[in-house]
Amino acid sequence: MSATVLQARANLTLPVEADSITPDRIDGLQQVAVGNLPILYGREWAPLGDLFAVSGDGRADLVLEGDLTHVKRIGQGMTRGTIAIHGNAGLHLGSQMRGGEITVDSNVGGWAGAHMAGGRLRIYGDAGPMLGSAYPGERRGMTGGVILVEGSAAARVGERMRRGLIAVGGSTGDFPGARMIAGSLFVFGQLGPRAGAGMKRGSIVSLGSLASGVLPTFQYSCRFAPGFLQLYLRYLLRWGMPVTPAHLQGQYQRYTGDINTLGKGEILIYDQH
Amino acid sequence: MLGILNGRVYDPANGVDGQVQDIWVQDGRIVAADQVPNREAAEIFDAAGLVVMPGGVDIHSHIAGSKVNAGRRMCPEDHRADTGAQNGVTRSGGGHSVPTTFATGYHYLEMGYTTVMEAAMPPLLARHTHEEMNDVPLLDKGAYTLMGNNRFLLGCLGHRQKAKARDFAAWLLEASRGYAIKIVNPGGVENWKAGKRETDLDDPVLGWDATPREIILALADISTELGLPHGPHLHVNRLGQAGNASTTIRTIEALDGRRTHLAHLQFASYGGGGRHPLRSAAAEVAAAVNANHNVTADIGQVVFGPTTTMTADGPLEHTLHQLSGSKWLNNDVEEETGGGVVPMNHARRNTVSALQWCIGMELFLSLEDPWRTFLTTDHPNGGPFTAYPEIIHCLMDREFRSQMLSSLPDKAQSRCGLAGLQREYSLQEIVIITRAGTARALGLANKGHLGVGADADIAVYAPQLNWSMMFRRARLVVKGGRVVVRDGQVVAVCPGHTLCVTPGWDEGILPSLREHFEQHYTVGFDNYAVQDDYVPYCEVIRCK
Repeated sequence: MSATVLQARANLTLPVEADSITPDRIDGLQQVAVGNLPILYGREWAPLGDLFAVSGDGRADLVLEGDLTHVKRIGQGMTRGTIAIHGNAGLHLGSQMRGGEITVDSNVGGWAGAHMAGGRLRIYGDAGPMLGSAYPGERRGMTGGVILVEGSAAARVGERMRRGLIAVGGSTGDFPGARMIAGSLFVFGQLGPRAGAGMKRGSIVSLGSLASGVLPTFQYSCRFAPGFLQLYLRYLLRWGMPVTPAHLQGQYQRYTGDINTLGKGEILIYDQH
Repeated sequence: MLGILNGRVYDPANGVDGQVQDIWVQDGRIVAADQVPNREAAEIFDAAGLVVMPGGVDIHSHIAGSKVNAGRRMCPEDHRADTGAQNGVTRSGGGHSVPTTFATGYHYLEMGYTTVMEAAMPPLLARHTHEEMNDVPLLDKGAYTLMGNNRFLLGCLGHRQKAKARDFAAWLLEASRGYAIKIVNPGGVENWKAGKRETDLDDPVLGWDATPREIILALADISTELGLPHGPHLHVNRLGQAGNASTTIRTIEALDGRRTHLAHLQFASYGGGGRHPLRSAAAEVAAAVNANHNVTADIGQVVFGPTTTMTADGPLEHTLHQLSGSKWLNNDVEEETGGGVVPMNHARRNTVSALQWCIGMELFLSLEDPWRTFLTTDHPNGGPFTAYPEIIHCLMDREFRSQMLSSLPDKAQSRCGLAGLQREYSLQEIVIITRAGTARALGLANKGHLGVGADADIAVYAPQLNWSMMFRRARLVVKGGRVVVRDGQVVAVCPGHTLCVTPGWDEGILPSLREHFEQHYTVGFDNYAVQDDYVPYCEVIRCK
């Protein structure tokens, strides 16, 4: 069964609120009904068909084509199916998603996977700030699922993360894993400054370099080869992340913190020596 | 000119209980039918089969000011799930428990409310309060000026300078453009600033030769001497603490006939404490209120769901923060009061929240005089004001209430007397506790009734499957003679009035006030009072 293809009709320069573009909403609809789904373009509601050329009836597998930099909330709250985006995607991609898979060929805006509870979000380009984070005021961010970024991620990756896995192939901006409650964050490039500030539990694993030293509110614990890390790294390798044999066999320095809060989190730094 | 014809009219202040009548409106007032010269030219609304009553009057709600705005700022999550877009008439806005100013006005109007009183205004922050109230469209509003922990006032009371205290209270009401005296945890907030956690009625106020009892009685006397339209609005000591019912009852007894309004009585009707678990003391408190006709009370009913608590009672918010682990904002308003904000979730499965719901219901059903019992949620502390229709449904439908009660934890059910109360409110009684009674308690002679000369603030409802649905959206709302809501939608927007009082005071107080400001305030005395520009739609309510 073929996928439903939504091709952007033109350069969408105004913000588009596209929370209706999810497999949950589109699956089972006739082509006309898909085209009639409401979408907020600028400050006016418009039918989806005005902005996208729709091919095929509604399926649980969607393909989006064109530059969607200004298209927000694609896949928001989705529970099943797949979305493949050939091009950039805008803010809040896959936020609050609970199942299914989103893949993006290029870059995505901020808040991708915010409050994600399940499913998989795969970004082959770079991610904006607040990847897998909590919205302002909320006590918890990501509570499940997997986010894989081949490029870099901007500031505050995994803020207030409660569960789940985030892996960044490149570098991160400031405050990666800040206020983490639990969960795992892997960074293969440069780990941004002030990693784990305010974290209670959870693991931040640096497999590349550090932008700056570990915060003084983290205590050095030991140097060892964590067994659980093997398991994670093999999964990440299977998913195409840049895991090397040295990562699998190497030693890691463990720091615990943040002692300003509960202090049961850890930062594991791959020891290249 | 407008005619609302053939509706079933509920106007308890004028003894009308469901009779079919016509209501005529001209120049913003209700007029007699024979005073309408040219009925053919009037806009006619056929209200046959519909229920007509005065516009709602909310006696206690936190809708504007520094703590409300602080609640908005610290709870962005409160706004994400509840947003409203502009529609050509209304502006955009949102918020569940702390709506934006515009949304506050629209939501109240859609439910048929036309007057709302902001329950706590720190005088130093009065400009902010008035600016926000000006932004709340359509509603008439007033604000109660906080005085129970004002250091200048405490100094007057400590030196037994009652006349000076009276003149100061009058000056402060005028300077802040307030409507009534508000007393919050008298002396207790000041004591908390000095490190004392809890203050009872006869505990000393540290650093001042006064007790909470003396503060309450003095301000009640001052309120009477000044002839204020609304008696002192009292948030008693030990609010929210287990076992505080004894404090509430002793406070009522201490008032000894002085006219006073008890705010959010539910939060002050708790038994237990110490080694004993929290239980309802609603029956004891209700008996005290029933026996003292000088006292009116609003309930502060808890409704289930997330909300944002906010009060000038700083120590109470600190306690809530410790209990819930939720985020907390504390505010010290120099020389005058304190304040705090803590988001909470009144969860149905939580025994304490469930018991609070029961205690509120028990009070509603145990307080005998609807003219002295008023519907509030202490918005947003007990829950948002948008939950009023659900509360009305519980009061009018015993079966629905029983279903609600049976869904609550057993411990909550067993620690209150709600199951044994069979009373159902009549529609006339609902009209009293939501508009006629509140208007009377506020001294608003032109509101809360549909008699000739009253403000043309009118709500028309269509009977629905249940009372909650009926009161959720009014079929028609008239504000000041103008139709502003049709079929539950705001169709026209205009500013509301700011209600305030000007009781008059002796200018001899000014030198000592100026000296006090120069010594203790960060604001110059000449810059303190709220200027006319901040209250462009001011309506002065006459003191007796």
